[in-house]
Amino acid sequence: MFSDLLGIAPQVLFGQLLLGLINGSFYAVLSLGLAVIFGLLNIVNFAHGALYMLGAFAAWLLGKYLHIDYWGALILAPLIVGFIGVLLDRFLLRRLAGVDHLYGLLLTFGLAMLIEGLFVKMFGASGQPFAAPKALNGGVNLGFMFLPYYRAWVVVASLVVCAVTWYVFERTKIGAYLRAGTENPKLLQAFGVNVPLLTTLAYGYGVALAAFAGVLAAPITQVNPLMGSNLIIVVFAVVVIGGMGSIMGAIVTGLSMGVVEGLTKVFWPEASSTIIFIVMAIVLVLRPAGLFGRTN
Amino acid sequence: MSGAGKHSAGIEIGGEHSSEKIEDLRITDLHAFYGESHALHGIDMTVYQGELVTLLGRNGAGRTTTLRAVMGLIGSRSGSIMLKGKEVIKASAHEIARLGVGYCPEERGIFASLSVEENLLLPPHVAPGGMSVEELYEIFPNLAERRTSPGMRLSGGEQQMLAMARILRTGATLLLLDEITEGLAPVIVDKLGDVLTMLKERGFTIVLVEQNFQFAAPLADRHFIMDHGHIVDCVLQSELQEKQAVFDEYLSV
Repeated sequence: MFSDLLGIAPQVLFGQLLLGLINGSFYAVLSLGLAVIFGLLNIVNFAHGALYMLGAFAAWLLGKYLHIDYWGALILAPLIVGFIGVLLDRFLLRRLAGVDHLYGLLLTFGLAMLIEGLFVKMFGASGQPFAAPKALNGGVNLGFMFLPYYRAWVVVASLVVCAVTWYVFERTKIGAYLRAGTENPKLLQAFGVNVPLLTTLAYGYGVALAAFAGVLAAPITQVNPLMGSNLIIVVFAVVVIGGMGSIMGAIVTGLSMGVVEGLTKVFWPEASSTIIFIVMAIVLVLRPAGLFGRTN
Repeated sequence: MSGAGKHSAGIEIGGEHSSEKIEDLRITDLHAFYGESHALHGIDMTVYQGELVTLLGRNGAGRTTTLRAVMGLIGSRSGSIMLKGKEVIKASAHEIARLGVGYCPEERGIFASLSVEENLLLPPHVAPGGMSVEELYEIFPNLAERRTSPGMRLSGGEQQMLAMARILRTGATLLLLDEITEGLAPVIVDKLGDVLTMLKERGFTIVLVEQNFQFAAPLADRHFIMDHGHIVDCVLQSELQEKQAVFDEYLSV
């Protein structure tokens, strides 16, 4: 029926939809981390792509040297990279509190180049293969398309992480602290909340999300020192579309931009790599604060 | 407010007839800076437990800055601030709050993205014996009606009541209140006056920055007069009439 209507085979359409959903999952988890970080630190974390790559490398190194399997790495790598994030905030980013945004941008951008350069030097620019867990090998034929188990898992795991993060932000006490800290950190601290600690933990969590996405991506994209720098440009566009610092905006925009990109591949392949930037330009003209951003 | 008597059965802070006064706040030679500008030039003041004092003066005299300096919200300050016997000149804002201090900022500081109840429950307990949410809703019935509204939807009066209510929940016994009547309708100003009377009866220590002298005069035990970052005089409640000249000089525009 679809093929009659649109002149496109359903396998192609749904295949690209799934691909879009997977990319969208990565966009969502990464832009979610950026949103958390921007809210509390007021820093656009340009090191996010490098930390995503660190997550993938951490998983690969854990497997190679400590024989820790995928599932162990999926837990451990975000914890390790998140801890690195805590150290980065504690010893570098915290010193930039209260100065111009530009310094945070420069510092995190420099960090990204440093980390990526270091990994290219140590491991070369070519990718290291990383196997998906055995339990998720293969797939299922749904009739209109073939669904690989691992890709379905990536979408589900991302959605769960996004939903949990949203719930914590919107429905819990710590979430109320985080939202209040986004609005007026000084006053929150004057109520007795240890805001510097909260900020450090928020950065660690945002970074851990990036690392989590990195581990999820490892079996799909291979483990490559530059895997983050390619992706992160699109993720920044997603963040701008959704609205800086908006949790819901990051999740919804991330997923939908992945799907938009996938559909563009079907109907207008030439535009598929630029469509998100076109959307960004339009959103910036019509709603400069982003789709979910608050205009102050 | 009828509630003043009704609620006085609740918590009592401080000994009622203790002859020796306990210092809740002692500020010595406090200097504060906003970047290059020198905002406080050596403030000395002491506030005793259970007292209600005001900081009076023109705009820019340093009253808000004094409260912000006590709260640790000003980056650069020197001198000494003793809070309940502890030196806090180098402490962070959250450490200061945990000594039992409640701060109500001039701009009220209601969090726009949080609901009324979330705002009310936000500040952590800093000392035992804070008022319960039910009691606060009884004192401020308007807040009870609006408990699920987002903070950004509140009127100025509702915001002010919420800003007061949320620090009464935490168990703080020293309250720093900045311009709580500013821009509010007379009926709400009266309400806040009743609440302050009730808090005083319960033994709270209150430092009130106030523009509305008519509001502050009957409530306060002492008035500190500020001008250009100095405290120029301290007037007792009993001296109000004989010191009228001081008020005329430093408060008139």
